[in-house]
Amino acid sequence: MAGFSVSRYAPDRGVWGRLTARDSVVRRLDWPMLGSAIALSLIGAALVYSATRGRDSLNHGDPYYFLLRHALNTGIGFALMVGTIWLGHRTLRGAVPVLYGLSVLLVLAVLTPLGATVNGAHAWIIIGGGFSLQPSEFTKITIILVMAMILAARVDAGDQLYPDHRTVAKALGLALLPMVIVMGMPDLGSVMVMAVIVLGVLLASGASNRWVFGLLGAGAAGAVAVWQLGLLDDYQIARFAAFANPALDPAGVGYNTNQARIAIGSGGLTGTGLFQGTQTTGQFVPEQQTDFVFTVAGEELGFLGAGLILVLLGVVLWRACRIARETTELYGTIVAAGIIAWFAFQAFENIGMTLGIMPVAGLPLPFVSYGGSSMFAVWVAIGLLQSIRVQRPMSA
Amino acid sequence: MSNIPETGRTQRVQIRLIVIQVLVFSLLLTLGGRLWYLQIRNGREYTDEAKSNHVQQVVQPAVRGSILDARGVPLADNETRLVVSASRTELLKMDDDGKGVLTRLADVLGMKPKDVFDKIRLCDAKTAQPCWNGSPYQPIPVTDEATTQQALQIRERAEDFPGITAEPTAVRRYVAPGKANTAQVLGYLSPVTDEEITKAKDTDSPYLRSDQVGRSGLERTYDKELRGKAGVTRYEVDNLGRVIGQAKDDKAEPGSSVVTSIDARVQAVAEYELNEAMKTARKSFDKNTNQNYKADSGAVVVMEAKTGRVVAMASNPDYDPNAWVGGISGKDYARMTSKKSNYPLLNRAIQGQAAPGSIFKVVSTAASVNAGYSFDGHYTCGSSYTAEGHTYKNFESQSHGPITLGQALEVSCDTVFYALGYQQWQKDGGLQPKKNTKDWFFKTAHQFGLGKETGIDLPNEVTGRVPDRRWKKDFWKANKDTWCEQAKKWPKKKDFNTVLAHENCLEGMKLHAYDSINYSIGQGDTLVTPIQMATIYAAISNGGTLYDPTVGKAIISPDGKNVRMVEPHSHGKLPASAKTLKQMEGALAGVATRGTAAWRFGGWPQDKIPMHAKTGTAEVYGKQTTSWFATYTKDYSIVMTISQGGTGSGASGPAVRNIYDALYGLDDSGKQDLKKALLPTPQKSLPKIQHDGTIDAPTIKPYDPNSQKTPEEQTLAAVLGRRD
Repeated sequence: MAGFSVSRYAPDRGVWGRLTARDSVVRRLDWPMLGSAIALSLIGAALVYSATRGRDSLNHGDPYYFLLRHALNTGIGFALMVGTIWLGHRTLRGAVPVLYGLSVLLVLAVLTPLGATVNGAHAWIIIGGGFSLQPSEFTKITIILVMAMILAARVDAGDQLYPDHRTVAKALGLALLPMVIVMGMPDLGSVMVMAVIVLGVLLASGASNRWVFGLLGAGAAGAVAVWQLGLLDDYQIARFAAFANPALDPAGVGYNTNQARIAIGSGGLTGTGLFQGTQTTGQFVPEQQTDFVFTVAGEELGFLGAGLILVLLGVVLWRACRIARETTELYGTIVAAGIIAWFAFQAFENIGMTLGIMPVAGLPLPFVSYGGSSMFAVWVAIGLLQSIRVQRPMSA
Repeated sequence: MSNIPETGRTQRVQIRLIVIQVLVFSLLLTLGGRLWYLQIRNGREYTDEAKSNHVQQVVQPAVRGSILDARGVPLADNETRLVVSASRTELLKMDDDGKGVLTRLADVLGMKPKDVFDKIRLCDAKTAQPCWNGSPYQPIPVTDEATTQQALQIRERAEDFPGITAEPTAVRRYVAPGKANTAQVLGYLSPVTDEEITKAKDTDSPYLRSDQVGRSGLERTYDKELRGKAGVTRYEVDNLGRVIGQAKDDKAEPGSSVVTSIDARVQAVAEYELNEAMKTARKSFDKNTNQNYKADSGAVVVMEAKTGRVVAMASNPDYDPNAWVGGISGKDYARMTSKKSNYPLLNRAIQGQAAPGSIFKVVSTAASVNAGYSFDGHYTCGSSYTAEGHTYKNFESQSHGPITLGQALEVSCDTVFYALGYQQWQKDGGLQPKKNTKDWFFKTAHQFGLGKETGIDLPNEVTGRVPDRRWKKDFWKANKDTWCEQAKKWPKKKDFNTVLAHENCLEGMKLHAYDSINYSIGQGDTLVTPIQMATIYAAISNGGTLYDPTVGKAIISPDGKNVRMVEPHSHGKLPASAKTLKQMEGALAGVATRGTAAWRFGGWPQDKIPMHAKTGTAEVYGKQTTSWFATYTKDYSIVMTISQGGTGSGASGPAVRNIYDALYGLDDSGKQDLKKALLPTPQKSLPKIQHDGTIDAPTIKPYDPNSQKTPEEQTLAAVLGRRD
C-alpha cells in the first residue's frame, strides 16, 4: 500500500480544518523535534547577534547585519523544510540521481575559479550580494539520499533481507566521489562528517559486519596514510598539535582553543548575561558567530544556557532515533540514521573543539551557527525526518 | 508480499539503531561532563583569566613626597622634566610597527634609532637591558632629558609622531641646598623588582610595575609615606588592545612630605668640615707607620642631646645621589660599589664600626663605680701596667701618679682602667670563671646600648660589638676549625699569625686577662658606631636617657592638613646615678678645659656654653689609628671619627670646634654673634605649612668656612703632636 495519500479519502475541509484534523500532516509532525530545532535557531540568532554587533570590521557598521541575515537564512531553511515535507521523502527519492549529480557538480565548481577560500578551506562559491554557498553542506544530504536509495532499493522491494556486497560497494563508490573532491578543497572537517555519515548509513542499512569493520579499518588506515604521506596542510597539522598541547604557542594556533576555553570557563553556572560577556564583547574568540558560536553561550548563558543547547540537540537526536526505529521502510531508516550520524558528530566536533576535547575543524553547530548553507541543509534534513514520520503508517 | 517482519525491521538493523542511539547520547553526555568541568569545577580559574584578558591598567605615577630639613628646605624633591614617551599599542597598529616614527624621533632627540628601539622593547628572559619591564599599555619613556625645543618639535608635528608624547613629568631631584649633599642619609630610589611586587601583592601597599622604591636611607625608611598612591585607570580592552570601556579610575594621590631634624646649613658645615679634616689628616705624617695618614673614611653626627634628633650626619667618602635618578649607569654603579672608591654608599655614621679607644672610658668609669670603686678614690696612673707577665703601656708612656677616676678620664690614663679591668676579671675567677660572673664592664657596656642597634630610623644600622664571654665563645666556635688548621704549622712556624692561631685554637673560647685589660680602654675586639657614641654622650648630657636617634621629625600629608610627629623614644637609661653622671660631666668638662681636648677649645666661652669632650685614638692591627672625638653641650652632642686619621683631638678636633662655632655663632676667640649662629638652640617648631599644603622654605646660603677664622688661627690649626 506504499505511496497512498491520506487526504485523498478525506472529506473536503477548509484550510484550518485540514491543518487541525486528527489525521492531518500538521498533527502528525514530530513537534518536540521541530520545537527544539526552532528553539535552537532562536538561541542561535541571539548568540550570533551578541557575537557580531560590535565587530565593526565584519558587520559593515551595522550591528544587525548578521542578525538579519541569520533570520533570513533561518526563514529560508524553514521554508525548505516545509517544502521537503510537502514533497515527501519518497517523492524526492525519484529526484535523488539529479540532486546527487547537481551536488557533485557544485563541489567540482568550487575547484574552478568560481571557488573561494575562507579560513584556509577552499570550500565556497561566492554568489554575490554578500552571499556565498558552501556546496559540501548539501553534499552531506545527497550522500545520505543516494546511499539510502541504492542500499534500500532491493530490500524495500522485498528481494533481499540485507543489501548485498555489490550494492554496498556501489553505494560506497557514489559516496566516495564527492568526498574525494571535498578532500581536495581541502575541507577536512566536512570529509570527516561525511565519513561518519557513511558509517551511520552502512550500520542502519544492515550491511554485513565485514563492511562496517572494513570501513572503520579503512578510515583508520586512511588517516595514518594522510598523516604519513604529508597530505595535510601545515595549518591542519598545527591544529592537531595545538589540540594535543594547548600550551603550545597560545598566541598562535593554540589561540582559538585557549580563548574559547577562557570564554566558556568564565561563564560559570549562570553566565554573565546575554550581551554582557567581556570575552565576547572584547572579541577575543575568532569566528565566534560561526564555528565558535558555542563560546558565546558558554560565557553569557553559563552552564545552564550552554547545557540547554545540549539538551535541545539531545531532543532532536532522540526524536530522530525514534523516527529511524519506527519507520517501516529501510529507505527512511537509512536516511534518518544518516542524519543522526551527521548531526551528532558535527555537534560533538563543534562543541568538543570549543571545550578543548576535539581538534579544531571548521564545522558549524547545526541550527545555531551563522551560515546559510549549513542552515538550509539542516532544515532540509529536519524536513526529511518529518516527512519520514508523517508518511509512516499511523500506529493506530 | 515481502518477507519483512510486521515491525518493518530486521533484528540486525534494530540492534544497530540502538547502538547508534547509545553512541549519540554518550557523545552528548561527554560534552555535558566537559562543560561542567570547565564552568563549574574550574570556573573560578577561567574567570580570573578572563579578567586579566580584558582589563588593562594604565598607571599615573604618584608624585613622591619631598624630604625637607628642619626649617623646610628641600633636601629631596621633584623637578619637572620633559619626558618623551612612546605608546606601543599605537606604534604596533602601524604598518611598519612604528619603525618610521621611532627613527624620526631618534633624529629629533639626537639619539641612535637602535637605542630608541631598545628602550621601548619589552623585557623578557631573552632580552637584556635596556628594555621596558612595565605594562605594554603604559607609555614607555624614551628620554627624560628632552629639551623644550625637542618637545615643541614633537608636539607641533604631532602628525609625524603618532603615539609619541612629550609631557612634563616629575622626576626625583636631590637638591643639596647650600652644598648639604646628605647623600647616605637620604638614600636613593631604584625600580621595583618582580620579587618585591609578588611579596607586596596582598599587603595594603602593593607595588605597581612602574614604581620606584627607596633602597636606602630615608627614601627607604619612609618609602610607604613618600610614595603616595599611583593613579590607576583600568580599561576594558578587546582582543586588539582597543579600549572598549573604562572600568575603574583611581586618582593618583601624591606622597606625604617628610620633615627631618636635619638642618641643611649645619649639614653643609658638617660635610665640609669632615672633608677638610680628612684632607688635613692626609697631609699629616704618622710616625708609627712612617707615612702620611690615609684618612680613608670618616663620619660625623650632630645630635640634639635632649631628643636624640639628628641635626647633621655626614659620611665620607660620599656620592651624588642624583646619579641614581632615571636609572643609574653601569659606570656610576661600578664606581659606587668598588673597593677603590671605598664604598661611598655606606653611611659610616651608622654602618661604620671601629674600636672606640678612649671615648669608651665613660663606660669603663661608670662600670667601675657600679662595681664598687669610688669615683673620687685614688688610683695609680703609672707609665705601664703589668699583669700575667704582660706589660701594657700607658699612651705615650706618661705617668701621673695616684689620681681620681675623674682625672683618669681627663688625662685619659689607660693604666688606671687596665688595673680596674684586670681586677674585675680576677674577681670573676680569671681563667676559671665563677658560675655567676659579675662582668661589670660588659654589663655596663650593654646597658649603655652598645652591641645592638640604636634604633635610628635609617635602614641597615650595624650593632658594633661588646666582646663579652658569650661573644668569645661564639666567635671561637665559628673560627676554631680555621685556627686549629693554621695552628698545625706551630711550633715550626712562629710568626705572629701562627702563634695567635695556636693560642686561639687552644684557648680562644676563654676570656683572658689581656681581653679584659684591652677592653677596659675600648680596644681589643670592641666595636662601636658613631651613632652609638653620639647617643651615649647625648645621654650623659641630658641626665641619662638613651634616645633612639631619629632623622625623620614629622610626616605631613600632601594637603598639609595631616601632621604626624615622629616622637623621641628612649631605649634605656644610663646605668649611672645622677651623682656619678655629674662627676663624669665635671671630668669631661675638664677634658675640654684642661685635658686632652683643651688645645682645641682655646677661647671657648665655657661659662656660657659648657663644653664637654673626650678624645679617642684607637689602635687597629695592621692599620693607622682611628681618630675619635666625642663632645657635647647641654643642647648638642657631636661625635666625629676618621679611620686611619690619627689622634682624636689632632684630626677631628678642629672640625668639631668649627661645627660648634657655626651652631652657636662663635668666632675663634669665643665671641658669640647670635646673628651668625645657625642654630643656637635646637629647632623646635615645624616649618610653616600654607593653606594649600605647600611648606615654606627659607633661602639658604652656602657655608663660608672662613667666617669664624683669622689667618693666624688657621696656621695654629696645623700644629700637631699633642698627646691624646
